[in-house]
Amino acid sequence: MRAVSDSLRGDLLFGALAFTLLAAVDLGLGSPGLLDFTIRFATFALLALSLNLLIGVTGLVSFGHAAYFAMGAYAFGLLMQTGAWSIPAALVAALAASALFALVVGALCVRLTEIYFAFLTLAFQMLLHSVILAWIPLTGGDQGLMGGIPKPAFLGIDLARQDHLALFSAFCLIASTVILRQVVRSPFGAALRMLRDNPDRAAFLGLSVFRYRLGAFVIAGTFAGLAGVLMSLYVSGAFPSFAFWTTSGEAIFMIMLGGITVFLGPIVGAALFILLNDRITALTDHHGLYMGAILLVLVLGLRKGLLDFVVEAWRERKERRS
Amino acid sequence: MELTELLECVTALSCVVTQVSAGLTIGMLLFLVASGLTLIFGVLGLVNFAHGSFYMVGAYLALAGYGATGSFVAATVLGALGVALLGLLCERLLLSRIYGADVLMQLLVCYAIVLILDDVVKIVWGADFLSMGVPDSLRKPPFVVAGGIVPYFYAILFLVTAAIAALLAWGMGRTKFGRTVRAAAVNPAMVSALGVNTTALYAIVFAIGAMLAGAAGALSAPIRSVVPGAGVSILIESFIVTVIGGMGSIGGALAASLIIGLTRSFGSIGFPLFVEGMMFVIMALVLLLRPSGLAGRRSP
Repeated sequence: MRAVSDSLRGDLLFGALAFTLLAAVDLGLGSPGLLDFTIRFATFALLALSLNLLIGVTGLVSFGHAAYFAMGAYAFGLLMQTGAWSIPAALVAALAASALFALVVGALCVRLTEIYFAFLTLAFQMLLHSVILAWIPLTGGDQGLMGGIPKPAFLGIDLARQDHLALFSAFCLIASTVILRQVVRSPFGAALRMLRDNPDRAAFLGLSVFRYRLGAFVIAGTFAGLAGVLMSLYVSGAFPSFAFWTTSGEAIFMIMLGGITVFLGPIVGAALFILLNDRITALTDHHGLYMGAILLVLVLGLRKGLLDFVVEAWRERKERRS
Repeated sequence: MELTELLECVTALSCVVTQVSAGLTIGMLLFLVASGLTLIFGVLGLVNFAHGSFYMVGAYLALAGYGATGSFVAATVLGALGVALLGLLCERLLLSRIYGADVLMQLLVCYAIVLILDDVVKIVWGADFLSMGVPDSLRKPPFVVAGGIVPYFYAILFLVTAAIAALLAWGMGRTKFGRTVRAAAVNPAMVSALGVNTTALYAIVFAIGAMLAGAAGALSAPIRSVVPGAGVSILIESFIVTVIGGMGSIGGALAASLIIGLTRSFGSIGFPLFVEGMMFVIMALVLLLRPSGLAGRRSP
């Protein structure tokens, strides 16, 4: 118990430091490009981090994680467009919608593992995508949610201002990172790792494989929903491409870039991915060709992400010293 | 929902004939893609997420072949063989490196292949919708059976796909090669120890699977629009087919393809907006009631 509270205190301190640093840099430099980057970084880092709770920790390779991202974005956007909701209330409702959706899909999917799980999550994501495209009166079809999203100020925070939104996104990312790290280090997280490494043994010990996997799936879906809310605030709308399979593919790409085995890997991966993506988009029209080639080199050549290398080098050095 | 129209259709023989023939043709095309997917999975243990892209490339190659020769037969052969070669290259250069690696690796390599193929197709043929149209030589008056209309081209497609399916069944069930492939699906180490070159076997099986997808893409080019990224929806559909039929079972894939084809053709009358949803409902029911699929051996 003591160890947990110690780790929580450490995480909170680290989080507060990270937020102060980000806020100081963002407000100090105040360049629009940096603020823009901060928002996108926070959004995608949160998406990738939540996905890694499934891939890295629980060993469930989901290829449909963007479904909950889109669910959060659309639920939030639709609620705000009614004009009757405040931002915090709509945010909580959007997270609840993502969690509920993840609960229903998860209950069907987590019975299966490996490739079946990957494909089934992908299939349900594409179902959501086709529902969004077909339900034009509600979602606007392939045009997306048009007309902008009203952003009434709350608690002195005005998300219509780019700098406020950047700080809010950074806060959401860091708070979620602290919560997710506590989840991973809790007994629940230890059980998830056991499910990844040896599900049979976990079942023999009396753990309900189904319930733990479903729990992880719902938590991951909820945080992906939060990323979706940030995304809809950023673009002031919601688009069917949020629910397209490429969004899930990009999230997996980010995890691969940053490193699967390290908790903060997906966050580093998201930053690398956005920088890489912007550079390639600026240089060429053949975006997929270059990203695909880079991914092949990464997977077939290196087989690891950046932080995996860093951590390994650090461990080796420590071993040599002792 | 236009359930009354569906009821009217089901009670009228002419409408049933038309819809059944369309459903069977759609189902057989789907079966070609799905049987390739399930063959590769059964033998190599790899789910080829790039299978839909092979289908798309097959359609583009057929389009180019038809433009160059004016012969639909030549176009189909070019589509099938071109994609077989593409599959062989992908297997030898990329996928063979990750056999035995975890699912994530398979997924990422296939994802990269999809990204690259989509872009290559866009560079060569442009990003716009292209359509081939039914070839002139096959524009004949439709058959009329019991008052129902069966388009001539659909009938031809059904016969061709059924012939390919029969050839596949014969090849897998009756030939020495087929027996070796089925043995390799069960125990590759033993097959290898008996002197079979499993590396070559895997490459050939992958090429055959890709060829089936390419052939389906080529055959459906005249009746569907050809566009970059067209592979994803067929990939999802053929995955649904393999789940319903049972992963690795070609007979199950055939039954499931026909179920999906008929659902599509009758659904377009009864519940046009919910056709996609209906496929998922069927899949969810199968997963809940019979998780290993209609013809699956064991639960996954």
